[in-house]
Amino acid sequence: MRQLRPVNARSGRRSREGPIVNRWALLAILPIAFLGAFFLVPLVVVSLRSVTDFAKPTGDAFANYGRFFASAANLRVLGNTFWVATLSTVVCLALGYPYAYLMNIVRPRVAGLLLIAVLLPFWSSLLVRTYAWQVILRDTGIINTFLLDSKVVDEPIPLIRTTLGVMLGMSQILLPFMVLPIYAVMRRIDPEYTKAAANLGAPPFAAFRRVFLPLSLPGVLAGTLLVFVLALGFYITPALLGSPKDTMISQFIASAVQQRLDWGIGSTMAVILMGLTFAVLVIASRFIRLRDAFGSLEES
Amino acid sequence: MSALRGSTGAAGGATTDRPDQPDRPALVLRGLAKSFVDVQAVDGVDLEVRQGEFVTLLGPSGSGKTTTLRMIAGFTRQSAGTIEIDGVDMTHVPPHRRDVGMIFQNYALFPHLTAAQNIAFPLEMRRATRSEIKRRVAEALALVKLEGLGSRYPRQLSGGQQQRIAFARAVVFHPRLLLMDEPLGALDKKLREALQLEVMHISRQLGATVIYVTHDQEEALVMSDRIAIFSRGRIEQLGRGEDLYDRPVSLFVADFIGESNILRGRFERDGEGGWLARGNLRWRVAAAQEDRAALSDGSAAAIVVRPERLRIVGLNDPAVAAPGVNAVEASVRDALYLGSIRKYELMLPDGQAATVRRQVGGGEREWQSGDRVGLIWAVNDAVLVADPNG
Amino acid sequence: MTDSWRQPHRLLLVALGALTVFFLLAPTLVVVPMSFTASNSLTFPPEGFSTRWYEKMVTDPQWSTGFVNSAKVAFLTAVLATALGTLAALGTVRGRFPGRNGLQLLILSPLIVPVIIIAIGMFSVFVRWKLAGSIAGLVLAHTALAMPFVVVNVATSLRTVDRNLELAAQSLGAGPVRTFRRITLPLILPGVMAGGLFAFITSWDEVVVSIFLTSARFRTLPVEMWEQVRQVVDPTVAAVATTLLAVTTTILLLALVVRRQAPAR
Ligand SMILES: Nc1ncnc2c1ncn2[C@@H]1O[C@H](COP(=O)(O)OP(=O)(O)O)[C@@H](O)[C@H]1O
Ligand SMILES: [Mg+2]
Repeated sequence: MRQLRPVNARSGRRSREGPIVNRWALLAILPIAFLGAFFLVPLVVVSLRSVTDFAKPTGDAFANYGRFFASAANLRVLGNTFWVATLSTVVCLALGYPYAYLMNIVRPRVAGLLLIAVLLPFWSSLLVRTYAWQVILRDTGIINTFLLDSKVVDEPIPLIRTTLGVMLGMSQILLPFMVLPIYAVMRRIDPEYTKAAANLGAPPFAAFRRVFLPLSLPGVLAGTLLVFVLALGFYITPALLGSPKDTMISQFIASAVQQRLDWGIGSTMAVILMGLTFAVLVIASRFIRLRDAFGSLEES
Repeated sequence: MSALRGSTGAAGGATTDRPDQPDRPALVLRGLAKSFVDVQAVDGVDLEVRQGEFVTLLGPSGSGKTTTLRMIAGFTRQSAGTIEIDGVDMTHVPPHRRDVGMIFQNYALFPHLTAAQNIAFPLEMRRATRSEIKRRVAEALALVKLEGLGSRYPRQLSGGQQQRIAFARAVVFHPRLLLMDEPLGALDKKLREALQLEVMHISRQLGATVIYVTHDQEEALVMSDRIAIFSRGRIEQLGRGEDLYDRPVSLFVADFIGESNILRGRFERDGEGGWLARGNLRWRVAAAQEDRAALSDGSAAAIVVRPERLRIVGLNDPAVAAPGVNAVEASVRDALYLGSIRKYELMLPDGQAATVRRQVGGGEREWQSGDRVGLIWAVNDAVLVADPNG
Repeated sequence: MTDSWRQPHRLLLVALGALTVFFLLAPTLVVVPMSFTASNSLTFPPEGFSTRWYEKMVTDPQWSTGFVNSAKVAFLTAVLATALGTLAALGTVRGRFPGRNGLQLLILSPLIVPVIIIAIGMFSVFVRWKLAGSIAGLVLAHTALAMPFVVVNVATSLRTVDRNLELAAQSLGAGPVRTFRRITLPLILPGVMAGGLFAFITSWDEVVVSIFLTSARFRTLPVEMWEQVRQVVDPTVAAVATTLLAVTTTILLLALVVRRQAPAR
């Protein structure tokens, strides 16, 4: 039986034939060497500095980690980062799922426009967008000026330098990363399924909940993961919109390195952030294929 | 053949630059084999193709035709055996030096080049001069009757036109061999039949040596000088269409080429041929058949009779008892009128089915469903083969 | 179908969609009218119309050299990232070697690793290699960040290339190099060019790594803006922001058009 098994799938065919290494592989050498030197080496150096750079001499290689976890303020940075990342992810999901759903049911031309509405901000400068939020939210900004002028309030309400402000800015910037994977998965759901469900007697909402929603979940998981992981590493937006009391991990790293010149603690935090990022990816990869998450970037 | 090739080639405007060597085969495959990790795709193929010959590889899907063709083209390296083209061993010759034209099933026309640029491509690769390229592209377009469409892109051409451009591109550089892998498979039936003839005519006109792959037996019969029947990576039988149809060497070939009635049983040898026995039915087997099949006494065997060689007669017709004739009682289950022929589906006493085709208008009697009849055939019209499943 | 749009839940969906588009686009676009204000402060709606902030941006050497530096870096990054990214795509899509999947992940990882870590890592290495504060250093850094976009675009178009086209070219007499130059490359060119344009945008907008790898003598436009945003309320920043946005949008639209120019089917 085994010999007779037809091997017709193209991809299956190719992988079975020929040598383990072919000549095309040589082309990858130069880019790999480049990434190795200018991307991997820096990451390795940062990791090493967390166990070699110390504020005061010590015999313990992990002194920085001990010092880091001994400080409640440092732990608050971690907690705050998770909190803001979670909030932003929730907002993105609440806005992104209906948006992707809408893209999926409108005419192709409209869907194209909706896609551009997502892609434009996706590609436009994060700094510019954060700056725009600053202009809107600050005490002399658009919202407060309007509220003051119309005498709704007597003094500016706090919008900037709040978690709300950070969350607004981050959600707006991260929303495309939620919409694109969800849309990519929805587009592959055969519309016949929902029709079949209706034909079997399911009212529209039941058809959605029992058939469409479960089929779209891989996209939801992928988008959620992507947004959350990216949110963990945000720097510019919390720096410009957030309160100096509630900083996020990236801000902590930047100020440790730039202002306090404490490379030991800065790189320790960097290793922790990297570890968190990979931990989220690894945990998530048990539930979804990472390709689903990053595959959507291919279509962007 | 060679004289013809020279003169018609010139008339067609595209001569072969090589001097003909009629005695040297155009292609020789010896013990050719290819194994993939879990499949023996080609399992020892021997084949000799003469200059200017049109040979078709015919077989069911998965029988190793494409793999054989790809090894000849050099896209896949054989696991064992040799390939010689014009007497030269091709084992270490890369595809682009083999000088073999190939037509792919989906044509593989370069989408970013016009039809004329596609045809010019092999000439540019051979560093032909600009004026020569221009002349030969025009000739090739004329050959496939698409003058004036040279500046179109492939996507602006119909399926049939794309097929012709692919053909023109594959022959414009006078390759030593022309390989085609189901080149008409993607076209509808009418167009396919028209192009079968056209491909055949132009190939003959150019004197090209063609290895053609198809799984369509009718196509193979129409076009080929010889047909190689593939099964499980081997050539089951090689020969002209008539040979395969009239003298299949195995049940597989008999079943694959044309429609057949297969009567299974045990072979019993006697002095002048023998008998095929099945229950209480016995049919005579001619001595020539017995010789050819070389079966031992008592082995599982079958006789194969083509539907048009069977005749239906009344139960009491004297023909039933005539010498040199086998007969069996049967009942008519369906009588179908198909225009130029009538087709009868019959049932033998033991429940086996048989099909009979008769020309309409031969003055023969018509039979109705339910008639009890005699089914007869000449002993010499039946072929004896071994029955591997018996 | 048409009247189903009047159903309440559909209406709600459309309203929510409109709100989201507004949320995505409007806040950013606010800087455009404000950059044309005639007043000295950022008010909305803007008072009067003038291009004085653009004049200031062009005449102020800090802004104008920032602009030139950004353009230079982005251009060189696009060239280098396109070359390396195309090689990487060819090697990982067509190549067969152990660890290929891991390598594909490595190539995409600059998109995932938090940029601040990349920034401090590159800073500490580049200082030692005497690359910090130089145009070369910034181009190398941005190339690493931009390469994934090239790889993804080229790989996508490479996967749509019918391998039979390459086999056909070989059977017609083209060797491996000529097959690549005459057949494969033209077919993946839209992907290559789109990738290059995305690489340009990536560099053009990049702030965090640039903050660490530039110096007072060599600054890009986003870094200049980053420095000013935190102190000055001068509408020049709005003009700069609008300029950044305009360049990005133009190139993005160009990239989307280019990518559509697939010659195949
Ligand atoms: N690259 C490959 N890897 C593994 N198996 C293959 C490959 N190419 C062909 N085969 C297998 O070899 C056998 C013959 O295939 P093929 O030559 O394509 O048959 P045909 O053209 O007669 O349909 C089939 O079982 C097929 O699945
Ligand atoms: Mg085949």
